[in-house]
Amino acid sequence: MNGGQDLGGMQGFGPVVAERDEPAFHHEWERRAFAVTLALGMLGRWNLDMSRYARENRDPADYLSSSYYELWHKGLERLALDKGLVTAEELRLGRAVAARDPSLVAPDAAAAMQILANSRGAKLEDPVAPRFAVGERVRVKNLNPPTHTRMPRYCRGKQGVVHVDHGVYVFPDTHAMGLGAKPQHCYSVRFGAEELWGEPRADVVHLDLWDDYLERA
Amino acid sequence: MTQGHGGHEHGHGHDHDHDHDHDHDHDHDHGHDHHHEDDTITFRVRALERIAIEKGLVDPKALDALIETYEHRVGPRNGARVVAKAWTDPAYRELLLRDATTAIASMAYVGRQSEHLVALENTPKVHNIVVCTLCSCYPWAVLGLPPVWYKSAPYRSRAVSDPRGVLRDFGVDLPADVEVRVWDSTAEIRYVVIPERPAGTDKLTAAELSALVTRDHMIGTAR
Repeated sequence: MNGGQDLGGMQGFGPVVAERDEPAFHHEWERRAFAVTLALGMLGRWNLDMSRYARENRDPADYLSSSYYELWHKGLERLALDKGLVTAEELRLGRAVAARDPSLVAPDAAAAMQILANSRGAKLEDPVAPRFAVGERVRVKNLNPPTHTRMPRYCRGKQGVVHVDHGVYVFPDTHAMGLGAKPQHCYSVRFGAEELWGEPRADVVHLDLWDDYLERA
Repeated sequence: MTQGHGGHEHGHGHDHDHDHDHDHDHDHDHGHDHHHEDDTITFRVRALERIAIEKGLVDPKALDALIETYEHRVGPRNGARVVAKAWTDPAYRELLLRDATTAIASMAYVGRQSEHLVALENTPKVHNIVVCTLCSCYPWAVLGLPPVWYKSAPYRSRAVSDPRGVLRDFGVDLPADVEVRVWDSTAEIRYVVIPERPAGTDKLTAAELSALVTRDHMIGTAR
């Protein structure tokens, strides 16, 4: 979606300001939001792409004025509601009302650590042939899905060269919408700064892009 | 355990009885917008955590373990040890550049947000810099959780279009003959930068060398 999360190339945000000796968390609620997000995710009712979509699918003004962990929490509330883990009444009251679902078992501390360590990521073994070869020139399709995508708008319609074939990966655009993994190759594609930004400098930008985003240039 | 680390903001830490500390602030903070916002999110986060615990959806000890892990155990010292090993062990450097996921797993750095890692080596003529313009993708197993600036709109918007300007924000003025390679983490592949080994460090041990490597070196906002 062309939402508030798609920031590459936007202007007007000012300089990058780094905090010295920055702590991992700035508020106690950030710790709790982080941990509850990870722990509820471990119940397996949604995937990482659904989490990203739940955070970004909102009024861009809301996205841009929310802090990072506020977005995590807002996305988590939405997923927990949509997947029936909590009710709107419970969120309003701040306590449980509905009965437990005995089929849901929360991982204990050791199990949670195992789940993190054993995380297998998004790479798949499906025998899908690549549509493009390393070194081939490609163009990013002019796609504007109103749903989740990992194609930033700044590369849309631009030409680049396939730099690395990463292999077969889960396709986030369908995975986020509950439409399956649609296994396909994901590539590192190299774009010149001049192609992207019209500036005559030798610098390059690499993006990781899937078969479905690309066509032959 | 995490109790005792959270007391900076309101003078007391996380209460397991879920006493709402925003009530205290209203006594002396009328109409202060920033605090009001903070109180709202504080309430909402507490509410969901309490509901999840009461319904058996999360284990409070698992929450504490997750926070302890990412606040205190996992961080950029992991990545710094990887870099120092690459500087001192040619076979490890070769493995790291060919298959960084395996290379870090050999040092027991594994898991979430680092399942598919790629190492990018700086040279005198190439400088690599990593960003996630769409969210906040970051190699947790070697760098820990990202700093606020990495997740912020100024960095995410400009790192791809004006990387040299971003580097100047960090005090790095890159010569024109050094090529900048930006890596936008749009998929589940995570990137870590291997900075150049500083001159005059031939006699240092790997442990001493790792102390020279910062988080910003491994993101690419330091040279």
